[in-house]
Amino acid sequence: MTAPIRCREDETFVLNLGPQHPATHGVLRVKLTMDGEYVVKAEPVLGYIHRMHEKMAEDRTFAQFMPNTARMDYLHALAYNHGYVLTVERAAGIEVPERAEYIRVITVELNRLTSHLLWWAAFLLDLGGFSPLLYAFDDREQILDLLERVTGSRLTYCYFRFGGVYNDIDDDFITGTRNFIKRLRSRLPRLYHDLVTKNIILIKRLKDIGFVSKEQCRKYGATGPLLRGSGVQFDIRKNEPYSVYPEFDFDIPVYDEGDCMARYMVRMDEIEQSMRIIEQALDKLPDGPVRAKVPKILKPAAGDYYAAVEAARGSFGCRLVCNGDKSPYRLKLRSPTFSNLSLFGEVAEGMLLADALAFMGSLDLVIPEIDR
Amino acid sequence: MNQLPTNHAFPTHNAIGELIRHLFPGGAVYINGFLTIASLLLLVSILPVFLIWLERKVAAHFQARLGPMRVGYHGLLQSTADGLKLIFKEVLKPEGADTFVFFLAPTLPATATFLVMTILPFDRHLQVADPAGGVVYALGVSSLSILGILLAGWASNNKYSLLGAMRSGAQMISFEISLALIMLLIVMLTGTASLREIVLSQNGTILDWWIFKLPFLGLIAFVMYMISSTAELNRAPFDISEAESELTGGFATEYSGISFAMFFFAEFVNMFVSAGLATTFFLGGFLAPQIGIGAIDAAFNFIPGFIWFFLKTFLVIFLYMWFRWTFPRVRVDQLMYLEWKMLLPANLVLLMSSGFFLAMGWIL
Repeated sequence: MTAPIRCREDETFVLNLGPQHPATHGVLRVKLTMDGEYVVKAEPVLGYIHRMHEKMAEDRTFAQFMPNTARMDYLHALAYNHGYVLTVERAAGIEVPERAEYIRVITVELNRLTSHLLWWAAFLLDLGGFSPLLYAFDDREQILDLLERVTGSRLTYCYFRFGGVYNDIDDDFITGTRNFIKRLRSRLPRLYHDLVTKNIILIKRLKDIGFVSKEQCRKYGATGPLLRGSGVQFDIRKNEPYSVYPEFDFDIPVYDEGDCMARYMVRMDEIEQSMRIIEQALDKLPDGPVRAKVPKILKPAAGDYYAAVEAARGSFGCRLVCNGDKSPYRLKLRSPTFSNLSLFGEVAEGMLLADALAFMGSLDLVIPEIDR
Repeated sequence: MNQLPTNHAFPTHNAIGELIRHLFPGGAVYINGFLTIASLLLLVSILPVFLIWLERKVAAHFQARLGPMRVGYHGLLQSTADGLKLIFKEVLKPEGADTFVFFLAPTLPATATFLVMTILPFDRHLQVADPAGGVVYALGVSSLSILGILLAGWASNNKYSLLGAMRSGAQMISFEISLALIMLLIVMLTGTASLREIVLSQNGTILDWWIFKLPFLGLIAFVMYMISSTAELNRAPFDISEAESELTGGFATEYSGISFAMFFFAEFVNMFVSAGLATTFFLGGFLAPQIGIGAIDAAFNFIPGFIWFFLKTFLVIFLYMWFRWTFPRVRVDQLMYLEWKMLLPANLVLLMSSGFFLAMGWIL
């Protein structure tokens, strides 16, 4: 973008982007003040899908809130399962069998793959490329089939239980996962990188567009690929390890450019890293029970508990205040894209409409997670 | 081969035309005229239906799926069903829209494409009219579709429509220049602006087609024609005027029912016209490809010219579809950069060097 921006107060107009718009992936509304094709001011308006999940938690038992977690970030539901389960386990002092921890890591990483694949597909759709959508969905479908076998659902999983997981994995799942990783490894360079990443139009659309600095990330509390694309090495899996992640050898991809291309590359590299984690977890998978003995109604001791996990979009934090009752006194959820979206207004200023939407796509927004 | 005078006004001297002339010597002028217009109308209404089906099938196979399969054999009747549905849908007009202009706009692109169709040489003697300035006529009349899109965007009373129409206007006017320069190149090479004459100038073997003449310059000109006409057709990767993820539906956002169908159909007929012009200019039009082997050449010559014309045109259409389902969209300023800073200078250089080649007699 080279043209200087001349905005005259009296020559701008307001463009209402959403809540029904193909590029907002849900019911996000952005109030854009435009000067021709240039964005003068961008103001995200939230609340169209607010369902009061946090309030709901207060009059349910701990177990009854489990399905709600999957309905926030429906694309990486298992990470939300994981975050909530971790917090409650911390509160109630529940020990999780090792096999269950491994299964949790395998399924969460598989789910992360589906999330990144879907982001890739939708991002390309935002940029006007339609065919990649179908290629990514083809691969995503394989994972969904695998996860359906063990969890019983395809999108809004409720698979984790306090003290383990609902269901053990079988040999079919293990061989299926290995085959899938082999398949994705062969398809990634050909269908994803040769066809799309190296495409000159894509590079021109993403390079040096939507620059986000480290300071901006810190100011708004951005996490996930957005932060790692701006040159900050921060991943809860490494920085505040939980579950059995310390036992695996994997890298945290970091790019310093801070533009859309950097965020794109971070996610593409994370696909590879997730596959590495899954392979190692399958190799090391111990035998044993998948669920500890846990009372039906949990009554954790009064106190303040917190746990965070790395979801596909950034760190998901869960703060639980208990007063010794069978339901939480207060549950506060920290969802990553709420912070990531807050950046949008500042960064989108002065961008072309097409670039602003490419930038929005690179944030990987899931609206039900922002609104909760 | 060509016994008729070249400047004949109605080159429809085919079997049916002669038969009618023989049967009704007096009214033949009117009957033949009516028949040509009627058959052209028929073609214009069937083509988009087929092309939409083809587009969906091509897209589907690019994306490792089947596409429409239920209505008719391999979904052949799917777009007919969709078209019928659109006709029966209620036509909505947004509040505050300019009624007259709003309903006038969709008819303009359809009219423009129909008018260009009249001069396409489908076969040696299958062409409604062959004006001496056919190239100029094609350029002039096809600009009508820009007008339709601009009016649609303006009359819709919708900001997305307006943005789409403005983008489209800028885009089509810019790329028209490139397109005109490439056509000028062909006119310069052939020394005539009549489309039929341009085709006949490529008579001979396959190497006499303009795409293979002028060492490599013909091929470059063809590639540039493909780029500029893709932009002119508002097709991906240059579909910024209806960029779905940016402007929802661009200029057609507020259109529904039959008025949307008019835009949609015109878009596809336009693609056919553009591919037909590419065939006429570069691929020898209705001439059978001759490769210099007697038996094969004779067999190819046996196939009627209009089949060759349609085959070549659909080949070019396939190229358009291939572009569309492969590339992501360019940005609006990148598109303008492509035209004004890259294509236009390249076109001028091409035109000059071709002139030089022509003067030196290096046509090959």
